[in-house]
Amino acid sequence: MSVPTDLKYTNSHEWVKTESDGTVTIGVTHHAQELLGDMVFVELPQVGRELKQKEECAVAESVKAAADVYAPISGEVTAINSDLESEPEKINQDAYGSWLFKLNPSNTTELDGLLDAAGYQSLLENEAH
Amino acid sequence: MLQTTPLNQAHRDMNAKMVDFGGWDMPLHYGSQLEEHHKVRQDAGMFDVSHMLPVDIKGDNTRTFLRQLLANNVDKLKTPGKALYTCMLKQDGGIIDDLIVYFLSESWFRIVVNAGTAEKDVAWILKQRDTLAPDLEITPRRDLAMIAVQGPNARAKVWQVIPDSQAATENLKLFQSTVLNQYFIARTGYTGEDGFEIILPADDATTFWNALSAAGVAPAGLGARDTLRLEAGMNLYGQDMDESTSPLESGLAWTVDLKSERDFIGKQALLDSPATNQLAGLVLLDRGVLRGHQTVVAQHDGTEYQGEITSGGFSPTINQSIALARITSQLSIGDEVNVLVRDKKLRAKVVKYPFVRNGKVLV
Repeated sequence: MSVPTDLKYTNSHEWVKTESDGTVTIGVTHHAQELLGDMVFVELPQVGRELKQKEECAVAESVKAAADVYAPISGEVTAINSDLESEPEKINQDAYGSWLFKLNPSNTTELDGLLDAAGYQSLLENEAH
Repeated sequence: MLQTTPLNQAHRDMNAKMVDFGGWDMPLHYGSQLEEHHKVRQDAGMFDVSHMLPVDIKGDNTRTFLRQLLANNVDKLKTPGKALYTCMLKQDGGIIDDLIVYFLSESWFRIVVNAGTAEKDVAWILKQRDTLAPDLEITPRRDLAMIAVQGPNARAKVWQVIPDSQAATENLKLFQSTVLNQYFIARTGYTGEDGFEIILPADDATTFWNALSAAGVAPAGLGARDTLRLEAGMNLYGQDMDESTSPLESGLAWTVDLKSERDFIGKQALLDSPATNQLAGLVLLDRGVLRGHQTVVAQHDGTEYQGEITSGGFSPTINQSIALARITSQLSIGDEVNVLVRDKKLRAKVVKYPFVRNGKVLV
């Protein structure tokens, strides 16, 4: 599966989408769900929580293991996708369509430090070797 | 260099996700572990378990030898083909391995041991043989493959694939086996469902595997095998018990015969140290997933006890997390405990296990 070019990425396999209103939407990548296998549980942050970049803020658990999700950038949580709490398998079905939470960024320059699609693609190729 | 089973290429041809399982290159799943799990509970699935090792023990005094070697009593095996689940213990009562022993004739018994312990098991058995019964012939059978076909429709699928097998096996009861041509067919398993475990020559394994697949049996990997056996309340060696734990603290007292006069390796140690812990079943009441090594905290009569989850996970059949945990014997069915999961204390209830048997939820 190709890496969508309109998103940014982290080394820890989160994807980040900048919305037109300046907020960002965050999920885990297709590669991450493939590594984890069938998802069975998602724990999301509280709306209103202030996150620092790289802070552990959510948990995605599969039949195999629990994986921490890290905040790609700093900001306040403005929304969570609570549908995933009852249907975590949606992440397996459509990782880029199944967002976990939205942030109001407190420091937009952090976005510049994220990987673009080409950068994430080469990270995946390096991990495969 | 990883060890491979005779079915390695067959797994790759079915797009298996392969993993290093204790030095063996084995299929974790073939796409979806959950679907494989449900397929076994509802229809039929097959597992390559050729990494496990059959060991043949032959000679006139085989039964006498096994009376001493094994914690369960092989005198329960009266008719040829009958099988028995047992632990093999050290002198101090610690578990070297758990295994199934098949009685084929007075001069031929077969045991099947775990993959990860196979070498040490054979070394131990040879050492005991040398002192107790030097005339016995002990033969590890790496020339054989082993396929478990499990699920409510598993036996019928096998009957479609192996000529004449229905007549030969339809009257087998649980824990009975028979030999049909090159197939050794046992009505045993590790899923809590009906089915067979079939031992056959390695060279025939791929043809048999593909014929089962053509008959509609789904390949299932180690992932589904683990969630199925956990739901069935069956121990996993190295996780729920090992050389540092006694069968009496591992939910396996029912497999240890302490009543008869018979002496066996580890018996005295078990008699000298009654269990203070038990292996208990847990069902999580809060949201989350229980995992091995999480700490369990329990209150009883004003005292706080700590225990540990030995196997935990998400139960696809119950749709809730379940676990086996080693905790104080003071706790009873129905008691509530806390499990430390990351920064949270989650509530769980002590239940009688198995959690699931023959497709039905029991908790």
